[in-house]
Amino acid sequence: MKLKLDKKEFQPFLQSLIDKYDLYAPVQLTEGVSVYKKIGQPEEINLHLPNPQKPAKEVFFPQSEVMFRYERVGKQDQVTSMEEVKRERVILGVRPCDIQAIFMLDEVFLGKEYTDVYFLHRRKATTIIGMACEHPLSTCFCSSTGGDPFTRKGSDLFWIDLGEAYLVELLTEKGMTFSESRFFKEASSADFTLAQKIEEKASKKTDPSIPIDGIEKRLDQIVESPLWDQIHEKCIGCGVCTFLCPTCHCFDIIDEDLNRKGQRVRNWDSCLSNLYSQETSGHNPRPTGRERTRQRLMHKFNYFPKNFGRIACVGCGRCILYCPANFDIRQAIKEIQKE
Amino acid sequence: MERPKAVQDKIREKAKELLSKKEVDLIIGFGQGTLPLRTTPVFIRSPEEVDRLIWNSFCENNLATYLHKFSQFRVGLIVKGCDVRSITALSLEKRFRTNPILRIGIPCQRMVDRRKLKKAIKEEILQASEQEDQIIVRGDGFQVSLNRDDFLYPSCQACTHRTPIQADVLIGEPLEESPLVETHPEVGEFEEMSPEERWKFFEKETSRCIRCYACREACPMCYCKECFVDSSRPKWIEKGLAPSDLQFYHIVRAYHQTGRCSGCGACERACPMEIRLTYLTQKLNQDVKELFGFETGIDSDAPPPLSTYETEDRQEFIK
Repeated sequence: MKLKLDKKEFQPFLQSLIDKYDLYAPVQLTEGVSVYKKIGQPEEINLHLPNPQKPAKEVFFPQSEVMFRYERVGKQDQVTSMEEVKRERVILGVRPCDIQAIFMLDEVFLGKEYTDVYFLHRRKATTIIGMACEHPLSTCFCSSTGGDPFTRKGSDLFWIDLGEAYLVELLTEKGMTFSESRFFKEASSADFTLAQKIEEKASKKTDPSIPIDGIEKRLDQIVESPLWDQIHEKCIGCGVCTFLCPTCHCFDIIDEDLNRKGQRVRNWDSCLSNLYSQETSGHNPRPTGRERTRQRLMHKFNYFPKNFGRIACVGCGRCILYCPANFDIRQAIKEIQKE
Repeated sequence: MERPKAVQDKIREKAKELLSKKEVDLIIGFGQGTLPLRTTPVFIRSPEEVDRLIWNSFCENNLATYLHKFSQFRVGLIVKGCDVRSITALSLEKRFRTNPILRIGIPCQRMVDRRKLKKAIKEEILQASEQEDQIIVRGDGFQVSLNRDDFLYPSCQACTHRTPIQADVLIGEPLEESPLVETHPEVGEFEEMSPEERWKFFEKETSRCIRCYACREACPMCYCKECFVDSSRPKWIEKGLAPSDLQFYHIVRAYHQTGRCSGCGACERACPMEIRLTYLTQKLNQDVKELFGFETGIDSDAPPPLSTYETEDRQEFIK
């Protein structure tokens, strides 16, 4: 079902969302830096920013979340779980790359063996309003990783910015609940034509030439290759690429406790940090950057495909844009394939 | 001042000589980045590879941070005025007792702030080059020429040590040490704030922290085997995003740099969330200069003031 939202109706529409849902959308924190945040006022939202630094995964799998709180009261232990999601949620303005990544998180957190209730409850309670990516950057390569800037898969509603209005496609049951919205009008055939033109233009911008095919097998053959000695050298060992990656999902669980009460907290972790693989004995099976960088690339392009049948990279380009040492994953892929 | 291209030729020539004569095992320098306005660290091991070394106004990293990784090798390191001071400071901390380092100093033309440039252009920059005092950027349907000096990193604007002192090899002529501005522009702004305004500013900047520790890893002076944030026994700090933990990390990081920071700005350049960091470290550098007459990495024999004491040390703050 195709509708449109006139931009004059945008603010009132947002207000209606805020009244009914917990709304998450891109917010600029300072010039050049944005994240997805819970919205208090419609004016906070900015849909004209480049893809936010922190990906949309944060809305489903926060960087730091309390799993439960505990307290000793008299001779009793009290435990309060934080797994409940009290209000329905909407996330607005998510690009197709970030949405594809949420599917990968589904594989991990809602897999055959384990279900993560924290992720599950947030995922179930959230309606995703995807947004066509009209201006892919030169660092974007989603068309090499099985996506494209207009992939609808995973969106409940999908918006395309037509200039004066947003074209609105209702794609799922959750999306159809908006079919009666008083803010949406019927779209015309001129709107569809315009949307198609925008799509054609955008799709040409993302790089389809990154050689992903066969990378899983290639990596099986080069686990002990000297290539790794060289590939990791420039990596300084910070967590930028993993924290800003929409598919990276490693975490660390820690108790924050005072004397008689405390909370169990789950925080993002990064395989590039020394501490990540440090064992209690003091032994570290990944003692240098060589093993850690290899782990990062093996997980994305070998272990994840082995477990779930697709690579864990959506070509969003964040790791390329924000690496302090200009480590470029596109180059790493090419070198692996050349080896 | 010599043109970057001429400097680049000399760097390659010198690198070739050093590697041919086997005076070093490898040279760590700057190479062509994969993004416009960027260079990337390169590790050169044979004379045939020296043409990968480049020099321009985008050589923003402090390569001294890699020395900790290469302690078993004889490293030739390309250093700017600030970078070489980090090495001197590290030597004072007895970091390099076993591995000789050959400091290949380049008098620095001051580095260009890529983010400032991007913000001025708005559209995506697809290509960048420099010509004399101009930075020329190109994108989809545009080409703009900008005055280089309007887009320098804050730490570079006030720099008074562009010529690497104590370099083992100096490429090019020493430069006149006159800063473009009296003080680091953000330190000036910070000093004029009331204590409440300062706190608000600090609070706002640190609130964007994602604890990726890029600032720590980019800094040559952060080499502790176990950083205080990673210690679990004792646990000094929690690992989440509580504002108090973010503030604590940033205060302690800055204080650990007191008398050790060369003001290179690598921490701020590394931050993906564009948190301003050098106003704090540079302010501390100024304080150390005023209180102890000490500047990091200038005198290779003077210990940093906070690592030593004298009976004449100021103590009027003890009440």
